[in-house]
Amino acid sequence: MSLQAPLRPGTTATGSVRSVDADRTAGRRGERSNWPVTILLVLCTLSVLVPLYVTVTMAFKTTSQAVDGNAFSLPAPFSVDGFVQAWQLTDFPRAFGVSVLVAAITVVGTILLASFTAYAIARNWDRRLFRWSFFYLLAAMFLPFPVLALSQVKLTGLAGLDNPFGVAILHVMFQLSFSVLLFTAFLRSIPAELEESARIDGASTGQVFWRLVFPLLAPMSATVGIFAFLASWNDFVMPSLITSDPALQTLPVLQQMFQTQFSNNYNVSFASYLMAMAPAIIVYLVTQRWVMAGVTQGAIK
Amino acid sequence: MATTTTESITTAHRRRRGGAAPRLQAGSRSRRRVDPLFLVFLVPTLVLFTLAITLPAAMGIVLSFTNSVGFGEFRFTGLTNYVAVFSDPAILQAYLFTIGFSLVTVIVVNAIAFLLAIALTSKIRGKIALRGVFVLPMVISGIVIAYVFSFLFANSLPAFATALGFAPLEQSILANPDLAWLAIVVVTAWQAIPSTLLIYIAGVLSIPGEVYEAAALDGASAWRQLVSITAPLTAGYILINLVIGFKNFLNSYDIIVGLTDGGPGTSTTSVAMSIFKGFSGGDYAYQMANATIFFVIAVVIAVIQLRATRGKAAL
Repeated sequence: MSLQAPLRPGTTATGSVRSVDADRTAGRRGERSNWPVTILLVLCTLSVLVPLYVTVTMAFKTTSQAVDGNAFSLPAPFSVDGFVQAWQLTDFPRAFGVSVLVAAITVVGTILLASFTAYAIARNWDRRLFRWSFFYLLAAMFLPFPVLALSQVKLTGLAGLDNPFGVAILHVMFQLSFSVLLFTAFLRSIPAELEESARIDGASTGQVFWRLVFPLLAPMSATVGIFAFLASWNDFVMPSLITSDPALQTLPVLQQMFQTQFSNNYNVSFASYLMAMAPAIIVYLVTQRWVMAGVTQGAIK
Repeated sequence: MATTTTESITTAHRRRRGGAAPRLQAGSRSRRRVDPLFLVFLVPTLVLFTLAITLPAAMGIVLSFTNSVGFGEFRFTGLTNYVAVFSDPAILQAYLFTIGFSLVTVIVVNAIAFLLAIALTSKIRGKIALRGVFVLPMVISGIVIAYVFSFLFANSLPAFATALGFAPLEQSILANPDLAWLAIVVVTAWQAIPSTLLIYIAGVLSIPGEVYEAAALDGASAWRQLVSITAPLTAGYILINLVIGFKNFLNSYDIIVGLTDGGPGTSTTSVAMSIFKGFSGGDYAYQMANATIFFVIAVVIAVIQLRATRGKAAL
């Protein structure tokens, strides 16, 4: 949360920012909890939890129980048949591997490229080339994907990149604007004295970056990396358009098969949905703080 | 070597701090060497970005003035595609649906997220856990959750309606050309509320507590505080959320694919879907004209967004 201060100059100037952490403690020492609102909110969480509850319970039902029309009943008997069949139908290990590969390249590629670029831009802001590069990269935030899609499909095909690698490269490119923005803002808040003292000790620009700047960027890299992971893991449009070989499709795209071929085996399809969404949910549960901070920083900038 | 770079960094730093550099220094600036590593850091990104984003965008715009079918020879045909796009009822319907759907969704999402933000920043129990749950939908794949909801809309909702004897919902709303868009609003809102909510929470927390204390001392009711303090003081955040949300909803694709696939008929076909049909339909250049129009709309919204953000900075 300490990161937010330099990123929100407008609000810090008034000297009255209550950070989320401060708010957390304020709630505890506050006079009395507002129980009606708490209860209302707990009821509202049902709108989030019920679809997830249905996904989990359906996944553990037998095929005959899954088609009985009651989505809210508990599995009886408890069955993992759905998972076994979904595993085979989607060739889960391979599809999971492709998804992980695309997401891993996206995360590493985004963090490295965006931090390199942001460092070059932030430290050469007085030069036109760097300053204009910044706005050039940022402009992509306003470019809707459908506008590019057809030409991108043609170009990736020509370049022999109509595969998961092409998808990963495009994912990195689409994450750049947001990530360079976050890194640049953060780099401007790092006092130049730190780098100067390293240089006086004889460090080159490369050494300063790897030994000093990149480690300092770690919290920002976490945010950038998590968002790159989520965007890449959950993406449907790009892999479905770019990857030409169905055997190399990512998990979200493969879920389409349950709409046509196996449409009545609900336990199988829901088991498959659950396996496709679980990794993102697990990453979220572990990294909530960064996810929440990242949204705010990205929007306020 | 080391000293020159140190010097240049110091000057750069001084300039950054000092704002506008004096004219005399501006001349020497161009002669000062850039550490080549900075170019190594910058140029590959620029090249990749240009190849992956700028080139396809430019290609699409140029080809929209041709009769290209996506491959082989083509010739320039001027504004033929644009004239055709504007007189194509299918495309007009897609725009009408997309803009209407986006407007409704942006209002629904912002109203719910704003109220949730206020509730989630009040003196409640389990604040962190509750926030965690409400943000969760953000991390779930749109197409996958759309499939889950399509099951609920097609099976569970009609079952409920039948049990309650509520005739209008006894059939799946996904099969009803007049109601299918509502299902898309629900699922899009389900997924879009979290990020909107987080921005509103930041907005509400940026209001100093003393303001509310003063208002409470003056006897202002909760409703009065909401209307006279919270809403005006978060105006910048509201504007940002409205613009970002509207822009995102205009691009809607995967949730619609998962729920209705543009149907029944073409009643829920979004602009993005109609553009993507250019792959199979052979009307590549035609859909590029459609995409270019879409791009112009996006630019207009971007300008509004920039204005909105600037207004926010002045707050």
